[in-house]
Amino acid sequence: MTNMSAAHSTNPLRDPQDRRLPQIAGPCGLVLFGVTGDLARKKVMPAIYDLANRGLLPPGFSLVGFARRDWANEDFAKVVHDSVRENSRTEFREEVWKQLAEGFRFVPGDFSDDVAFDKLRQTIEELDTTRGTGGNHAFYLAIPPSFFGDVVGQLKEHGLSEGPGDAWRRVVIEKPFGHDLESARELNKVLSDVFPSESVFRIDHYLGKETVQNILAMRFANAMFEPLWNSNYVDHVQITMAEDIGIGSRAGYYDGIGSARDVIQNHLMQLMALVAMEEPTSFDAASLRLEKQKVLSSVVLPKRLDLTTARGQYAAGWAGGEEVVGYLDEQDIPPTSTTDTFAAVKLNIETRRWAGVPFYLRTGKRLGRRVTEVAVVFKRAPHLPFSSTQTEELTENALVIRIQPDEGMTIRFGSKVPGTAMEIRDVNMDFAYGGTFTEVSPEAYERLILDVLLGDPPLFPQHEEVELSWQILDPVLAHWAKKGKPEQYEPGAWGPDSAHAMLARDGRTWRRP
Amino acid sequence: MIELTDTNSSAIAAAFVHGRTQAGSPAMGMVMTLVIVVDEDVADDAMEAARAASQEHPARVLGVIVGDGRGAAHVNAQVGIGSGWIGETALIRLSGQVVKHADSVVLPLLLPDSPVAVWWPSNPPADPAADPLGALATRRITDAAAASSGKTLAIYSQCESYAPGNTDLAWTRITAWRALLAASLDQHPLKVRRASITSERISPSADLLGAWLSDRLKVPVDRANSSGPGITEVVLETKEGPIRITRTDGKLATFSSPGRPDRPIALKRRDLPELLAEELRRLDEDNVYAATARRLVALGKKK
Repeated sequence: MTNMSAAHSTNPLRDPQDRRLPQIAGPCGLVLFGVTGDLARKKVMPAIYDLANRGLLPPGFSLVGFARRDWANEDFAKVVHDSVRENSRTEFREEVWKQLAEGFRFVPGDFSDDVAFDKLRQTIEELDTTRGTGGNHAFYLAIPPSFFGDVVGQLKEHGLSEGPGDAWRRVVIEKPFGHDLESARELNKVLSDVFPSESVFRIDHYLGKETVQNILAMRFANAMFEPLWNSNYVDHVQITMAEDIGIGSRAGYYDGIGSARDVIQNHLMQLMALVAMEEPTSFDAASLRLEKQKVLSSVVLPKRLDLTTARGQYAAGWAGGEEVVGYLDEQDIPPTSTTDTFAAVKLNIETRRWAGVPFYLRTGKRLGRRVTEVAVVFKRAPHLPFSSTQTEELTENALVIRIQPDEGMTIRFGSKVPGTAMEIRDVNMDFAYGGTFTEVSPEAYERLILDVLLGDPPLFPQHEEVELSWQILDPVLAHWAKKGKPEQYEPGAWGPDSAHAMLARDGRTWRRP
Repeated sequence: MIELTDTNSSAIAAAFVHGRTQAGSPAMGMVMTLVIVVDEDVADDAMEAARAASQEHPARVLGVIVGDGRGAAHVNAQVGIGSGWIGETALIRLSGQVVKHADSVVLPLLLPDSPVAVWWPSNPPADPAADPLGALATRRITDAAAASSGKTLAIYSQCESYAPGNTDLAWTRITAWRALLAASLDQHPLKVRRASITSERISPSADLLGAWLSDRLKVPVDRANSSGPGITEVVLETKEGPIRITRTDGKLATFSSPGRPDRPIALKRRDLPELLAEELRRLDEDNVYAATARRLVALGKKK
């Protein structure tokens, strides 16, 4: 998944066999919009420090902050310092900090402020001469999507969207990528008016996780899984992303959006695509994308959405030993809100490989525990040469990919219980990432930011994938909109009754993750 | 910690299984066997480095202390699981005739299927691949900078006896320098005419860096001495001027290049656990090191 630029191939000190040498990004800088937000402080800034600490940023790398604050460069440096101190993954080292801090600049201003964007252009030009960033800059929009249009418009107007000569300009955005198909298209239009689609990097931080990338390695580097990976052997697939917390202080963002738009549309659809896709001809961005798009475009919703989807809102109660308020009592949530905090859908993939194998996707807040996993549940053996009492405790075999926390993989199968009687019971076989490759795995944001700077696109979804996902979800959202209030569910458990009923209708049950 | 005196391999293996069951998890998540051949006086440091590296590479670590070869054969061992170790560990002391047959003790203790690495923290054999313990391993790690005698020649002799799978920590120490130099030529795609390295007088790392530059760039590489620590300066001469990386404090370097302002860049000397962890990350042959070793030997012969 690497993209060797022309400079690399002629560099006599580079050798593809030299795997000790890390890929260091070329000369470049990052312009960060929304420096005061949670995303910037908790994820982006620490990831930049961690990259520098691992020696992966080029000498002269510069970070420009842009916000409506009356700050000098030093004040900005202080903010970055605090966020790094609090949230960086690797230890704090003075010399690394020194290297970074020289490249900090701050531009105060509003998104509609022409003077500020002029100043931004001057700052970038100054950095190109004093720091050698070579005209290569990425614009990281850690701001609400409603401002994307203003910012990219300003970037274009002030000649910031195109670099001098063959220098690159890239734009990085975070979810939500719209709230339905139409708004996603509008958003894409806004961006594509200014930046070509290969310069737009949409961050889905799940795709930066090692375990998610390992789905591809597991499926396509091994001989023993792929033969089972089809409707002959797989009964169904469950993809779960659960959080034990409520919405916290994110009412403004969350209300009106809800869990299906927040999680299913992006993270879970991407996970499903990776689990279900055919083998790509290579691991470059175009081939991967092609296979993901093929899967997404073969997804068909069941006819009766009332029987095959579920949604809910967490009620007040006790979760994990603490008394918690219900969604409707959360701060700044209107008591009439119909926003879903739990959503589950059943999807069918109409291909030869997956015909008749439903994919159940669920997500929710205030559930039993924080967990994300993909469970591939196999059919029972077609014939059991044992009596039913002997296999009473044997359920279906399953392969569970644990995305977070405790990353790894579990295989569940039946085994004889020691003793004179033949009795078969489920056992688990475990592979823990933490036990085999401890500590090397970098934070998803480090990987993704480095990929942006290297211009390496395989882990970033393009607008086609985003739009296909909305196309799948839109009818479900429309169906729910007609149905009024979501069902209340008990906090700290595994969602509303309708979610359990939805699987029971198919003769299945949700796993307890 | 289980203490075994006058023991043998099968008793040590049984102690491993016992220890794991006691720790509550009989399953093995270990990825390799690491054999450390070490003198008594540096054994603690070496085991400590292995413990830190085991955070990244859970391994069965076998410390082998080869003692006095005279007298009756004795095999004593301390077997431990847990307490800061991700994998499991045994420190095995050999004395008497068995010191000539250390491989017979180690062979039955290798984990099935997974790779074997052997590390000599101080005095490596002249030909690691021909050493009986070295022959059990696919990766052999030496440290020319820690040789207690013949320091100036240690790296040459290791390069002369190079066999696939060998590497020296002197090579690991220059990864960050090499990465930075490669990045500097990404930024300045210029032809290098000449290079120079300034370092401590005895520096196997500087020798290897010189050989690598000479091999990759096909230019003469000058050497100069400084009081260190380690390598203090590397200069690549180009027609537009020098690309210069200077590091006098072993931590923060200054990066100067033609037409660009000087910039600070972190370039910290790494300690043993980090070096070992990097070594264990690649368990196959290091072809670039092979080419560099060949070049170092060829350059030595010319002199």
